[in-house]
Amino acid sequence: MRQYSNLEQRLLNEFQHGLPLSPEPFADIARQLGVYETTVLESLERLQTEGVISRVGAVFQPNRVGASTLVAMAVPESDLQRVAEIVSGFAEVNHNYEREHRYNLWFVVVAADDARLQEVLEQIEDRCGYALLDLPLLNEFFIDLGFELKWT
Amino acid sequence: MDMKLNTALDLDQPLDLEGALIAAIGEGLPLVTRPYAEIAGRLGCSEAEVIDGIRSIIADGRLKRFGVIVRHRQLGYRANGMVVWDLPDDRIAELGRCIGRYSFVTLCYQRPRRLPDWRYNLFSMIHGKDRDEVIKQVEFIVSQCGLQDVEHEILFSNRCFKQRGANFQARLAQVTEAARHG
Repeated sequence: MRQYSNLEQRLLNEFQHGLPLSPEPFADIARQLGVYETTVLESLERLQTEGVISRVGAVFQPNRVGASTLVAMAVPESDLQRVAEIVSGFAEVNHNYEREHRYNLWFVVVAADDARLQEVLEQIEDRCGYALLDLPLLNEFFIDLGFELKWT
Repeated sequence: MDMKLNTALDLDQPLDLEGALIAAIGEGLPLVTRPYAEIAGRLGCSEAEVIDGIRSIIADGRLKRFGVIVRHRQLGYRANGMVVWDLPDDRIAELGRCIGRYSFVTLCYQRPRRLPDWRYNLFSMIHGKDRDEVIKQVEFIVSQCGLQDVEHEILFSNRCFKQRGANFQARLAQVTEAARHG
């Protein structure tokens, strides 16, 4: 990890939400930071090329775009790779992770509507041979203002 | 991958303007002086329509965050713990808000218990530079929110088998919107 300039640190920390909806948003950011617009654009370009930021854009509410749920499965270690591959093979699955717990496979299933979601869950259960826990979102206690990065 | 997604989600349907706009901002703004004007050019509408369109998507709560999307791992935040809590049902809103207000907590959701297999009803995601930092942050939450008697577990992530972000979401948003508007 390289050292990040003061400007980069501020771009990364202070603009994770509330991007200006003016015709020239990067010029507005530049004015706030007291630098040239080209400096802001070049810095963002570099951070994006390096993969430190994935994009400047939108994150959508998971429960407002299609139907989705979090799924957990308890899979014997010796069978985990096979099952994980089956799960990942479904186009509706994203964020498929191993976690340290008896329930060791965790993934998110997103479909265009609830009927399709249920269909996919049944197919996954059938093909993997393990019961799954369907844990849909009920309530969110959180306002997403981004994540405060510490530079020490 | 895209081919597969196409089949699964039937992405061949024509998109309306809002669906196309959701897809465009999900994929990210072009880093140019007038990004909304550039998107407008691609979609065949005006810059003002793009800006107003984004405003209305924000206003109705579909957009969670609009700005610089940072990859924590790239910045040295390598430990990721999903902390699950067994909160008393009648205090879940109060305690959930307490847990969700710390800057190192990036998600805080109520999900159903599945008894007897699964007792936990609140899920929070905590990022740290390493495991010790995550553990310390969890201890801090326990003391600040008074959760000494609440059962909880930290599930650290291990292997990542699949991760797909914005494009997937944006494409899904496209078809969802297209379906909604027939």
